[in-house]
Amino acid sequence: MATLSDQLLHRIREAHRRRTLSWWERIYLPAIAQGLWVTSVHFWRNLFLHLAHRVGLFRRIPAAVTVQYPDEQRPTAPRLRTRHRLMQREDGTPRCVGCMLCETVCPAKCIYIVPGEHPDPSVEKYARSFDLDLGKCVYCGYCVEVCPEDAIRMDTQRHDIAAFSRDGMWLDIIELLHPGSRKHTDPPKKFIQLELEDFRRLKQSG
Amino acid sequence: MWIDLVIKFALAGIVLFAVLNLAGIQTWVERKQSAVMQDRVGANRAYFTLPWWWAAPINWLLRKIGGLGLLHPLADVIKLLTKEDFVPASGSRLLHWLAPWISVFFALVAFAAIPFGDSLHLFGRTIELQVAHLDAALLYVLALASIGIYGVILAGLASGNNLATLGGLRAASQMFAYEIALGVSLIGVILWYGTLDLQEIIRRQGDLLGGWLPAWGVCVQPLGCVIFMTAALAETKRIPFDLPEGEPEIIGYFVEYSGMKFGLFFLTDFVETVLVAALTTVLFFGGWQIPWLAPGAFSPNVMALLGVGAFTLKVCVFLWLFMAIRWTLPRFRYDQLMRLGWKILFPLSLANIGATGVLRVLVR
Ligand code: SF4
Ligand code: SF4
Repeated sequence: MATLSDQLLHRIREAHRRRTLSWWERIYLPAIAQGLWVTSVHFWRNLFLHLAHRVGLFRRIPAAVTVQYPDEQRPTAPRLRTRHRLMQREDGTPRCVGCMLCETVCPAKCIYIVPGEHPDPSVEKYARSFDLDLGKCVYCGYCVEVCPEDAIRMDTQRHDIAAFSRDGMWLDIIELLHPGSRKHTDPPKKFIQLELEDFRRLKQSG
Repeated sequence: MWIDLVIKFALAGIVLFAVLNLAGIQTWVERKQSAVMQDRVGANRAYFTLPWWWAAPINWLLRKIGGLGLLHPLADVIKLLTKEDFVPASGSRLLHWLAPWISVFFALVAFAAIPFGDSLHLFGRTIELQVAHLDAALLYVLALASIGIYGVILAGLASGNNLATLGGLRAASQMFAYEIALGVSLIGVILWYGTLDLQEIIRRQGDLLGGWLPAWGVCVQPLGCVIFMTAALAETKRIPFDLPEGEPEIIGYFVEYSGMKFGLFFLTDFVETVLVAALTTVLFFGGWQIPWLAPGAFSPNVMALLGVGAFTLKVCVFLWLFMAIRWTLPRFRYDQLMRLGWKILFPLSLANIGATGVLRVLVR
């Protein structure tokens, strides 16, 4: 019985043995013609489809695989880790109980939480401020995994996190609770601390 | 006397205008054709709009053109013009400046001898549609095309950069290997048509062989045509023969060039492609001849203009073909290139001369 190394050696020898080219292959011209045929078929087919699309024909058959990114977005899988958001209770206050588990587990140390006392003794605490620096985040998803309250998720399907400055990559608690509410030209409200009333008002004002 | 000068200037202007435009549009064709071949969309983002309210229709047009990517050459030019023009400290300032101009100058001047149409008869004069009517036009074109390589070698040597020097040397050895096959493959054509005058060569391609096959160079010299096209592609220094450039390995002779001087080298490549396409058309595909069209079908002037159209069309087809080749084949390895040039193309072209000579005697 051949041992594993014998099999390996055999394979390596096989790979090293050069296949001798036939005469047709060695004169090279048929191969060039073949290659040109392949590329030209693609060219004329796609050109025809591009022109047909202009006049509204064959729209179902795509002429290119390109996704024109900012204008069109490719649907992503729901399990893809995208930008974070904080979950809300029904009245708009954050579901987060300020347990600091995510801040502790975060390998990039990019979560900054200031907890405050919650009037409901069964809840105990809430996040007065919750800041996340996407410029440091490595998108590992540990914060989502560790959260006991399912208060932070990475399912906004947003990946357009490019910004003109480091501040532009900073998510304050308002932006985390209401993703997309801040214009990209506005500076973030870093470390802003909110009362429970403020959260309710934010939800009502939309 | 004066009127002759004006006519010559007009012809030169037309040729220069056409060639530079063809070369410029090739940057667009290069982007778009490669994209369409590879199932992509290609450049389509560069456009600008005018800020005034009455410019709305112009803006609409600009957006459409920009969507086709036609404004990218303009953006390229603006970018190249505004870039810093850098000369390395160890380089030679004068030669560094001279090299791109040598390249582009000789590539453009070679067009003077290319006939792009039959003679026009206007106001009692006969105007040859060729800037310079030379008896040895073929020699002239070949000579100028090979002088252009000095620009590349100079660029490599004057940059004071080892990689650039390597690129220049590669260019030199590649040209040696292919220039010979190029010249020798054309001797078959010269033997067959018995002249070096390009206009005359085209005229002699107007007959029909056996009543149906046009007497084009490709029909009487098929081997010569293949060798010439291969060698001529090598002359343009584009993939699969872009050893002097070789972006992924040595970057090439223009590694120390920036701004418009780099742009000139780029332009030279495209101008040379047009030159090669025009030469192939003239020597092997009947130039301005329209096959199967009876010589007296229209008045001579209309025929001449139709001929110019046919010539342009043929050149464009070859530009398309060369572009398709450039985007289909990978680059040759250096030893493969040398083997192809010296051991295959050169002996084949010699054999071609022998065969043509025998055939010529027999046919006579
Ligand atoms: S995804 Fe990872 S790095 Fe980003 S905030 Fe969560 S734990 Fe920190
Ligand atoms: S782990 Fe969850 S509940 Fe705890 S602080 Fe983070 S987000 Fe809030």
